[in-house]
Amino acid sequence: MVKYNRFILKNGLRVLVHEDPSTPMAVMNILYDVGARDEDEDQTGFAHLFEHLMFGGSVNIPQYDKPLQLVGGENNAFTSNDITNYYITLPVVNLETAFWLESDRMLSLAFSERSLEVQRNVVCEEFKQRYLNQPYGDVWLKLRPLAYKKHPYRWATIGKELSHIENAKIEDVKAFFKKHYNPQNAILVVAGNVKTDEIKKLAEHWFETIPQGIKYERDLPAEPKQSEERREVIHSDVPANSIYIAFHMASRTQREYYIADLISDLLSQGQSSRLYRRLLKEQEIFSDIHAYITGSIDAGLFIIEGKPLPGVSIETAEAAIWDELEKMKSEFVLDYELEKVKNKMESTMVFSEMSILNKAMNLSYFELLGDAEGINKETEKYLAVSVEDIRNTSNEIFKKDNSSTLIYLAPDHA
Amino acid sequence: MLNRINPPTFHPIESVNIISPESLKLSNGSNLFMFNAGDQELVRIQWVFENADFQANTPNINSALSAMLLEGTSKYSSAQIAEKVDFYGAYLFPEYNYDQTTLNLVTLTKYLDNLLPIALEILNDAIFPQQELDTYKRNSKQSLKIALEKNDYLARRQFNNTLFGNSNYGYIQKESDFDQLNRADLITLFKRQIIPANCTIFVSGKISNETINYISNTIDNNWRKTAEVPSLSMPVFNAVPAQKVVMERERGVQSAIRIGQLSIQRSHPDFPALQVLNTTLGGYFGSRLMMNIREDKGYTYGIGSGLGSLKHTAFFTISSEVGTEVCANTLKEIEFEINRLRTEEISEEELTLVKNYLLGSMLGSLEDVFSHTDKFKQAYFSGLTLDYFDYYTQQVTDITPEALLNLATEYLDFNKMIQVVVGKI
Repeated sequence: MVKYNRFILKNGLRVLVHEDPSTPMAVMNILYDVGARDEDEDQTGFAHLFEHLMFGGSVNIPQYDKPLQLVGGENNAFTSNDITNYYITLPVVNLETAFWLESDRMLSLAFSERSLEVQRNVVCEEFKQRYLNQPYGDVWLKLRPLAYKKHPYRWATIGKELSHIENAKIEDVKAFFKKHYNPQNAILVVAGNVKTDEIKKLAEHWFETIPQGIKYERDLPAEPKQSEERREVIHSDVPANSIYIAFHMASRTQREYYIADLISDLLSQGQSSRLYRRLLKEQEIFSDIHAYITGSIDAGLFIIEGKPLPGVSIETAEAAIWDELEKMKSEFVLDYELEKVKNKMESTMVFSEMSILNKAMNLSYFELLGDAEGINKETEKYLAVSVEDIRNTSNEIFKKDNSSTLIYLAPDHA
Repeated sequence: MLNRINPPTFHPIESVNIISPESLKLSNGSNLFMFNAGDQELVRIQWVFENADFQANTPNINSALSAMLLEGTSKYSSAQIAEKVDFYGAYLFPEYNYDQTTLNLVTLTKYLDNLLPIALEILNDAIFPQQELDTYKRNSKQSLKIALEKNDYLARRQFNNTLFGNSNYGYIQKESDFDQLNRADLITLFKRQIIPANCTIFVSGKISNETINYISNTIDNNWRKTAEVPSLSMPVFNAVPAQKVVMERERGVQSAIRIGQLSIQRSHPDFPALQVLNTTLGGYFGSRLMMNIREDKGYTYGIGSGLGSLKHTAFFTISSEVGTEVCANTLKEIEFEINRLRTEEISEEELTLVKNYLLGSMLGSLEDVFSHTDKFKQAYFSGLTLDYFDYYTQQVTDITPEALLNLATEYLDFNKMIQVVVGKI
């Protein structure tokens, strides 16, 4: 159970406070309601590049990191297809420094050409390090456009290609800031050894004078229902064959989301899970096999990925996966099995409450989904899932004409 | 009028308080430390074992022992163990590093009495079934094959091998090493190493007296003394001559870099001060390497340096992955930054920044009861007590620019470092 207080500033900034007196630290988390899904298709990777530029100085403060480190603080950020999230951890006695820094960059950036030039290079190196210079590193660059044809989830957060990042201009940066970085599109959470009335004063002092800006109205093309099986085979210089199957599934707030999440746990959570037990241990088909969901806000993907052992053909491996999926469709899972994954879900929730940063991020995220109280309702939504739900949703998801299969074939593949 | 130019008042970081554990000596010979704090009804138990030697040049068996620990006992199969642990939503997992093997149990307190007996069953009677061993060998070979395609992995192991030779720290694993693994050897090592006399136990969480009594009695009554402490080797590591090892790889758009030399362990009086120096150079986002090579030149997504304190030696290392076309320049800039530390005194301004950052990050690293335990373990296994953290704080606070310059001269010498590049230069 995460307790919190909530208020909204005159400019529309939503503020949540979680009081946890057990720590000498505080966290400030700011979520901006913008992600790679909001990008233009000819300018992909921009939300993430922009995240880098948020550290290049703001209108009144030439350097962001230094003053924060000077008061013993640390920060980082991440961009996903849905959101951009910034967070600071610092000794609570110096919390006001976080207000000073974050409010100034919400007010305006410095828009330095030099910073843009350097961060373009840094992001290009990130692109190379994570997506190009690793075996299978490009999987999301291939799998997303295979599974999505219309929705902007068809490109990865890093962007479609290096040139989109290389071509970013300072005018684009300014326009992006104006469109997405204002109080109405942000959620501020403070957690730690703090009192709500003090945070309210600080929030009003530092944030309330920031102009509210124009609310960004999201209008994304819906992904049309897939009606044919899709497949791509990549002959690549990878060390071993690999298979990825992506299925369309529900969006984050639908009931079926929770069902699909539990299906992925039944298949792949822990060493007693079905795919691990049967396909890796018993049938000795894979060296590595996982099922998981992308967890995105709009309709997401259910993914199964595995690396067949040497000597096992891709066809055999794929058939073995489908065999397990068919069982999920035709037979009820055991009550015991379902109880097991629910227990795991419950304990995971308790473990996640150990960290104020986790709590702050989750509060922001549920507020974005529509209601911060959602953080305390997750467990019951999982507990409500029945074996019938599991079978029905398996039947919805695990269909050939809802699947996109990506296969890497290694050079020595017989 | 709101002043956005000047920062709010800075409050210095107060001293860092680490929870003092209570300790018990169990009659089976193991030591138990407990850390009681937190609001969540959960508990973590860790059994930490010093790695015992097996035969020369067989470090593979130590990691296999760890990885295979949960794969079956006389009473329970691997599948049954996994089933029980998962059913109670718990985590039971072994962890291996060069010096120690740890069995971790993390669970909601209400399920402890379902899980502790299983953990003890494993510690008493792991049997390493042949079929599970075959699975482990097969899958490990495949993972190694994939790792060998990663420049970063290749650079790290080449660096370790150059610095530490074929010891446990530097051994280069080969696919064929997995073929040598056999049950008999694993069982021999298990009986020598996974015993109370070679174990330190750490219990952390929100623990009532009743819980702690349950834990200590259950362990004491169900895990009996079987053997004395195994003989543990004391290898000595000497500095190796400076050298540059380049592993050319045709494909690839980045090169992985590792540069470093032997260094001092945590128990050395200079360690905290050297940590300040390391942080200045490459230990945080605002470090000189990051500012120069990432934020000024854009050569990399990240570059960092670190001090590794091992049981028998210690090392300093710099690592990065950079665009192949800027690899040579990166090496030059690294040399430049190291030499700058040895020739120019750091400004008071920068030094204050590093000190405050380090103290804040120390405070921030103590977020939950588990992290208090982890800090204690760091000191404990270096032969230190919790006073170390007061000493650390004091040393960090007191260090002067002149002392840092002397430290750099003594401990960081680019001309004596090993350089490893995997990719193109």
